[in-house]
Amino acid sequence: MAMRRFLSHKAAVGSCVLLGIMVLAVILSPITTRYGVNEQVRKPPNTFLPPSKLAWFGTDEIGRDMYSRLIYGIRVSLVIGLFTALISTVVGCVVGAVAGFRGGRFDDIVMRVTDLFLAFPFLVALLVIRNTIGNIGWLTAIIGDKSSARFVVFLLSIFGWMGVARIVRGQILSLKEREFIEAARAVGATRRYIVRAHLLPNSIGPIMVSLSFAVVGAITAESTLAFFGYGPQAGDGATSLGILVGAAKGAVQSGYWWIAVFPCFALVLISLAINFIGDALRDATDPRLDRGE
Amino acid sequence: MSWAIPTLILVTFLVYIALRLGTDPLQSYLRTNPRATRVKIAQYKAVNGLSSNYVLGYFHWLKNFVTFNWPRSIKGSREVWPELKDSLVNTIRLGSLATFVGVVIGLLVGMFAALKPGSRRDVAVNTVAFLGISIPPYISAVLFQLLFAVYWSRWFGHTLFPTSGVYPPGHTGFDLLLMLKHMALPTIVVAIQVVAVYSRYMRSSLLDVLNSDYMRTARSKGISERQILFKHGVRNALIPVVTIAALDIGSIIGGLIISENIFSYPGMGVYFLSAFATGDFPLLMPWMVLVVASTLLFNLVADVSYAFLDPRIRLD
Repeated sequence: MAMRRFLSHKAAVGSCVLLGIMVLAVILSPITTRYGVNEQVRKPPNTFLPPSKLAWFGTDEIGRDMYSRLIYGIRVSLVIGLFTALISTVVGCVVGAVAGFRGGRFDDIVMRVTDLFLAFPFLVALLVIRNTIGNIGWLTAIIGDKSSARFVVFLLSIFGWMGVARIVRGQILSLKEREFIEAARAVGATRRYIVRAHLLPNSIGPIMVSLSFAVVGAITAESTLAFFGYGPQAGDGATSLGILVGAAKGAVQSGYWWIAVFPCFALVLISLAINFIGDALRDATDPRLDRGE
Repeated sequence: MSWAIPTLILVTFLVYIALRLGTDPLQSYLRTNPRATRVKIAQYKAVNGLSSNYVLGYFHWLKNFVTFNWPRSIKGSREVWPELKDSLVNTIRLGSLATFVGVVIGLLVGMFAALKPGSRRDVAVNTVAFLGISIPPYISAVLFQLLFAVYWSRWFGHTLFPTSGVYPPGHTGFDLLLMLKHMALPTIVVAIQVVAVYSRYMRSSLLDVLNSDYMRTARSKGISERQILFKHGVRNALIPVVTIAALDIGSIIGGLIISENIFSYPGMGVYFLSAFATGDFPLLMPWMVLVVASTLLFNLVADVSYAFLDPRIRLD
């Protein structure tokens, strides 16, 4: 039923196809890319070549192929986005489930902190916490220093769980008063069992929706950080969507449109596609939702 | 409501610790003044209250802050307040213009879509709103910059919207038209986000209201459609939207920071990122206090306005 409703959402199906193609292109990067991540397309002069047969999306300031770099960049961004979203969702589910099921003081504190962080400018919090945890020696020994991808995943997960926790909590609050939970309690099920076997599986719809939005959030946040030069650093010429978009900042004034347009377009396409999928998931899994037809 | 002041103190304390740990004010002082004498360093530490005990240090800072005895900036040893005030004024001007434009357009678009749910125009509005949400502000900013700084003048031979600053370099005095022209692009970048978010809120909120029973009652009393829509529909639909609006301040500030930086608009965002890059503690702390305070203030406004608009809700 849910599946059929999801498939009737045309934009979401199109988005799935598009994302599938992108993931394939990333997995098959030895075939789909035309040059190495740091390879120049030809001997100098090769900087800022406009798109041509030699380099489909043009070349950057040191003559590297933008098309190939875009695929490498999408790879890094998708990996960061997926890992961050997974960690945030797991943490968010646990915290949200405990807060919603237990209630009381833990619930109050968690929700107050979440409210505060959600209201606070995200970028500011991200930058301040980035510096703070980046200076804690024993922590960076585990998660790598400020410029590593692992660090970025950890940093984004610190904020990512809150939105998920809030949604899961709301869902659990409304579920726990229902008759089947009461029935489970009546036959002597433990609280842990109720949460694991009844409450979380029944919240799977909202969880999937927040997972998909968490992926978009992480990808955009990573590229925001990188745009201002605080993201994962380009060690050995490694790249990410954020780094590519950040490079556009300097290139536009000189009119090198291909440096700006292609990465921006790719980022918007990815976040648009995942947003559509999340929206369709919400429509498909929420039986109460009346789409206004 | 009484939680606001303790929360402000608690949060600024956390920010204080985070900044002390993250930017290390002493290190950034030594970076900009590599040949500072021992006396100078001791003096700097005393003025800023940089004791190794963070609690003591915080209260020292708080006392100085409240008595308006603010230490000077690390870089260039400038007075902090005049700089903060100027950027605050610039940001309020940009932020309120962008929010106003965005909210008005967003609400109208949302209403427009909700009146004919499922129609072609509803789908179109929905798609465009989705696009707006999916375009991060720095991307629209970069693309606008590309279009207006480079291609517009190349194609049409004149600049329509300048892409940096408040006035052209060397300009003195006040010129409203010139200022608005400079503000156009940063405003649009922030407003795109606002429009996308609000049109969706308004659409779903108005749809909820229009499908409710009292709308049928109103109709059965024979009130004109227009009166039903505005008196009963829009007014009730605005209740949740207003609350969300007040809570949305964080994302608007975030958008402003990005937009200001790309268009070199001298506001709070440029102030913050440049102070953050040099680790200028005396510049950063007052900025943080302002942002935390305004976040809390708007949270408060959300609570109060919710109770005010919906008499069924009581504040305790």
